Amino acid sequence: MTDPSGTAAPVILAVNGLCVSYGIIRALDDINLEVRHGEILSIIGANGAGKSTLLKSLTGLARPLSGTISFNGTDITAARTDRIVRMGMSMVPEGRRIFPDLTVRENLELGGFPVPDRTVRGDILDLIMTTFPRLKERMKQHAGTLSGGEQQMLAMGRALMSHPRLLLLDEPSMGLSPIITREIFSLITKVNSERAITMILVEQNAHMALEHSHRACVLENGRITLVGPSADIKHDPRVIEAYLGV
Amino acid sequence: MEQASYILSQVINGLQLGAVYALIALGYTMVYGILRLINFAHGDIFMLGAFIAYFLLSRFGMPIYLVFLATMAVTALAGYLMEKIAYKPLRNAPKISLLITAVGVSLFLEYFCSLKAVFTPDYIAFPRPFEVETYNFSLGGLEFSFTNIQVLIFAITFSALVLLYLLIYRTKQGKAMRAVSYDRETAALMGINIDNTVSLTFMVGAALAGMGGILYAMAYPQINVFMGIMPGIKSFIAAVLGGIGIIHGAVIGGLIVGTSEVIVSAFLSSTYRDGVIFIILLIVLLVKPSGIFGKRIDKV
Ligand SMILES: Nc1ncnc2c1ncn2[C@@H]1O[C@H](COP(=O)(O)OP(=O)(O)OP(=O)(O)O)[C@@H](O)[C@H]1O
Ligand SMILES: [Mg+2]
Repeated sequence: MTDPSGTAAPVILAVNGLCVSYGIIRALDDINLEVRHGEILSIIGANGAGKSTLLKSLTGLARPLSGTISFNGTDITAARTDRIVRMGMSMVPEGRRIFPDLTVRENLELGGFPVPDRTVRGDILDLIMTTFPRLKERMKQHAGTLSGGEQQMLAMGRALMSHPRLLLLDEPSMGLSPIITREIFSLITKVNSERAITMILVEQNAHMALEHSHRACVLENGRITLVGPSADIKHDPRVIEAYLGV
Repeated sequence: MEQASYILSQVINGLQLGAVYALIALGYTMVYGILRLINFAHGDIFMLGAFIAYFLLSRFGMPIYLVFLATMAVTALAGYLMEKIAYKPLRNAPKISLLITAVGVSLFLEYFCSLKAVFTPDYIAFPRPFEVETYNFSLGGLEFSFTNIQVLIFAITFSALVLLYLLIYRTKQGKAMRAVSYDRETAALMGINIDNTVSLTFMVGAALAGMGGILYAMAYPQINVFMGIMPGIKSFIAAVLGGIGIIHGAVIGGLIVGTSEVIVSAFLSSTYRDGVIFIILLIVLLVKPSGIFGKRIDKV
């Protein structure tokens, strides 16, 4: 998979010298990152490497100690989460975090909370139902009764309801069978190419992540140790040994 | 037959008290739902409502509907300030810090208001805006009566509940409140402003408590700065009984607690009127700690 937009595409997200701590635990250390419009950037790393913390600090759910984050040219380092979402960043959190007691439709409607216009919201909902036909058949079902794969689709659909330009996905394959994982990843690729939505994809499943992203970076103990086109990273001996080994 | 009539009239009295408890319990349950905080100062907002209404009635002779609106506006403001000043800085602190702060806020409100320069430490008579009238009915030999105050309490409580339901289940703000009470972080990811939603919850809860304060003072027209303590505790128990965090649970819980209290004082002795409520709490905690309508138990 090569970058369709080329390296000349505008930078949509720029992270500079980002450090995040939880008390005395340093979760992220001097992270520098650029994401270009239209690409899928995957972040791979072991448990506790700081992947979720990175996504959380982008959406204002974790507060950086130092460093800056700029989104579409605006500094969002200290912005509130709901403001960041309204600016066009959306996130599918780790573990999906759907509202189990609400129906599929109500979950999706909550995702559309920042969109003021009812008809626009309806149009986005229609689009999401064509992308995720499995959700369409289950609109009245309680979200908690969906299968794992369907819940992941719901979480993605919900995040897309705010009409984002940048979508953050935290371990979309978590707990899913290989077949469903493949289905989810093909949906990710589809949403990226058909709607020109830029994505950051955090994964433990390095195989799938490298297969379905344009660029990748490796996070180890809160530091980025490797970054480059996914096709190259895939062949890096250190990556093969640590993340792709059989 | 006479006995049945007596029971019926006591049940009506109990429901009158229970309706007020329900109004207070709603605030407890809504705030708990959204912040997992038991706001011990909530009963003092109820007291504040009674005192504000007292001043509006006795000093300004305001018409009663305006007294309701103005009192609820002021208590809503008090609820807003309470959250912003005392609880918001502790949003990410351990739960126990919040709980201790809530007790502090409660004591502050009680003793600050008892200053001579503010309200007064004494009992004062609440000026009823109208004379009490009793309407007698007889239904198949069953005699019972209503007072105009009871009619007012039931009508106002019922209307407030309808409006609250519309707010929570039919408006965007209500949707936001429900989302925040399910999962605060995820709600923020939906583009919901958490601070505004929490403020709104406190304001609605405080307005309802203020309303309860006026109604209570009309029914039992002696007011005092400590008058919020017992009704506050009982309403909290009502909220636990119904299932804390659950709106209709607070209403049903309030009605049960109010009715039990009145029935016990009518048929046993008024000495046990408070005791029975704590027995209810004990039974709930032993039999079903999540309350009548509760499904799961959240850690406090
Ligand atoms: N809320 C928190 N409080 C304290 N420490 C935390 C918190 N969240 C994360 N950490 C710590 O920060 C480090 C990074 O955690 P993070 O969740 O970002 O890792 P991750 O790469 O997403 O791991 P996983 O693959 O298991 O999801 C870990 O050492 C973790 O223990
Ligand atoms: Mg993680």
